[in-house]
Amino acid sequence: MLLLKGVSKTFREPDGSALPILDIKQFQVAAGEQAVLMGRSGCGKTTLLHVIAGISRPDTGVVRIDGCDITRLSEAGRDRFRADKIGYVFQTFNLLPGFSALENVLLGMSFAGGRPDAPRARQLLERVGLAHRLTHRPAMLSVGEQQRVAVARALANRPKLLLADEPTANVDSGHQQQIIDLVRQTCREEQVALLLVTHTAEVAEQFSRVDRLEDFNQPG
Amino acid sequence: MSLWKIAWRSIQQRALASSLTGISMALGVMLVVAVLVVHGVIDKSFLNNSGLGYNIVVGAKGGRLDLVLNTVYYLAPPVENIPYSYYQEFTQGKFKEYVDKAIPVCLGDMYRDFRVIGTTPDFFDELDYGGHPYEFAAGRNFKADEYFCGVIGSTVAREAELEVGDEFQPAHGASPEAHVHDPFKVVGILKPTGTPNDRGLFINMEGFYLIPEHAKPGDDEPASHPADHHEHEHHDEHGDAEGAHHDHESEHDKEHADHEDHAGEKEHAGDKGPADGEHADHHEDTDGDAHEREHDQAAEMPADDKDADRDHEKGDHHDHADEHGDHHEHAEHDEYGHHHEHSHEPLPFSKREVTAILVLTASVGGAPPELLAPGLIKSINKDSVAQAVLPIREMTKLFSTFVDPLRIVLLALTVMIVIVSGIGILVSIYNSMNERQHEIAVIRALGAGRRKVMFLVLLESILLSLGGGLAGWVVGHGLIAALSPWIAVQTGVSIGFLQFVGYELVIIPGLIALASLVGYLPAMAAYRTDVAKALSVTP
Repeated sequence: MLLLKGVSKTFREPDGSALPILDIKQFQVAAGEQAVLMGRSGCGKTTLLHVIAGISRPDTGVVRIDGCDITRLSEAGRDRFRADKIGYVFQTFNLLPGFSALENVLLGMSFAGGRPDAPRARQLLERVGLAHRLTHRPAMLSVGEQQRVAVARALANRPKLLLADEPTANVDSGHQQQIIDLVRQTCREEQVALLLVTHTAEVAEQFSRVDRLEDFNQPG
Repeated sequence: MSLWKIAWRSIQQRALASSLTGISMALGVMLVVAVLVVHGVIDKSFLNNSGLGYNIVVGAKGGRLDLVLNTVYYLAPPVENIPYSYYQEFTQGKFKEYVDKAIPVCLGDMYRDFRVIGTTPDFFDELDYGGHPYEFAAGRNFKADEYFCGVIGSTVAREAELEVGDEFQPAHGASPEAHVHDPFKVVGILKPTGTPNDRGLFINMEGFYLIPEHAKPGDDEPASHPADHHEHEHHDEHGDAEGAHHDHESEHDKEHADHEDHAGEKEHAGDKGPADGEHADHHEDTDGDAHEREHDQAAEMPADDKDADRDHEKGDHHDHADEHGDHHEHAEHDEYGHHHEHSHEPLPFSKREVTAILVLTASVGGAPPELLAPGLIKSINKDSVAQAVLPIREMTKLFSTFVDPLRIVLLALTVMIVIVSGIGILVSIYNSMNERQHEIAVIRALGAGRRKVMFLVLLESILLSLGGGLAGWVVGHGLIAALSPWIAVQTGVSIGFLQFVGYELVIIPGLIALASLVGYLPAMAAYRTDVAKALSVTP
């Protein structure tokens, strides 16, 4: 499902010097597999997710998702691929404040190939327990509710791969497990591969596969 | 979710800034619309003389523009008159073969603030406006033998609250203290035409002549019934030309003098005796000396002393009836409610004048009527009696000299205002781009391409411009409609809410172009957004 091979990424420091972030010989996640990625701060977890999502382009290597090497795609092609095949749950939810819960989910469908599917958006929000909050704007939702909307949005286009970047980091401990359960259960139901980045051991230990980035990423 | 909706949500999210920039755009467009519509409509109304059914105005020699403003638009004070016999040159004389229509008009009287126009029923039967025949909202056209009947324009009916069957008394001159004449009965109310005629009261010219002071001193030759005018042998031109250049005021003074010098002469031939009694003659007989003596007592005569007045009138008219055997009994005056129950005889041609003649040149061999106009004008202007002008030419000259440059300046100013409003939109959106970087990055992360987010910002700019522009357009037209009565008073041109000008069609594409232009900078900022970097910034 997901295969990274020979992927490297280097940033430029303000003084012009190179700052290698990623150097991954190989990393893969099978279809429908749920994996946790851990690592210290600044080790390149978010950069790796951006490279997998096609938001950033690696300097070298292959990023193959569902049989497509996205590094060969143009930026517009990667954008379209991301909209169709990849769901993304952010640490800070990143809901658009001017849109209702339902509209935020519909927004997630707006840039994919198909037409926005309002019944599915409602169904997803019902599944995450927000049937009574469809028209509420993010500011009117609790933090946990906001993240549940973000999960529903990430799954809106029936992606093949869900990337979750510390989805519980800004959620109170009471709701953390609810979010994790929701993500895992939904991915299982929809046969979506999950790569979840977390710092929290309690979260990680629930997964059968836990990788540490430092183990397969050895930049400079 | 459509891009339009996404853009609209973005506008809603910054409601205050969006409203302010929208209002700014609305004000700009409102001014553009106001300038365009007011000038466009005035242009059209003033210049489209072909739409009035005639192409030449013939009047007394003098100011050419005055003649047009006075005769076509009822704006300037009355000019001098020309002899009736000159009008007859167009109906049966030397100009007849070059003329398709010749409608006489007599001006000088007012009713409240509205011009009273003496003319023939042909004015409405033969002429048209913008290719449309005149239609009546109520009643009908007056008939040639209904001397004291008239038709009023729609604005007059509305503002003076006159209805069919009502009477009005034209006043000589424009001042409130002017002499009040006999009442005329309204037999028809025109549908709105958007022309100066909406603000006119059109009375039968025969009745107009019978109003005191409207007869010019001259031969005491009675006229035949108006229906026979065309067959009537026309008068000696020299004789008719006498006094042709007296305007109403000087004529009025002269009449007073004539009362002194030529007592017994019938100054007010066909005069029914004024309703206000100012010039009422109280005669027991028709003897000249007696007339002179009685005339001195006229000022004291009661206004309602009509019996004696009628005796006098009947005595005078009796002679004409004997001579011509066509004494016109106005039985219909009873029917139309005149309190002058006595009979009236048309004013002799020698005592008649007209202010102007509205002429449509003949169409020869299928050629347009305009072909004959230059030759006819040249030949009229050769005469010492009158001048002929092309209203379209005079108004075009006026517009190109004074109005067009002013319009260009006004238009340039208003376009500048719209541009400034557009720059306001640019500043508003551009300033919001910093705080929107994160939103744009999220939209990009959801799969929107660079071009899409660029287009989203452009759409936002277009929505703001169009929304503001549309509001400005509505307010602009509303403002024009609200000011319409004032404009109508000033210009005689009525402008409705839905009066459009062709140039307005440019407004929408113009606004889209402007919005795209001013939206380009912020759109490029959206295009260049570094998604990874912007996502790393906590909102």
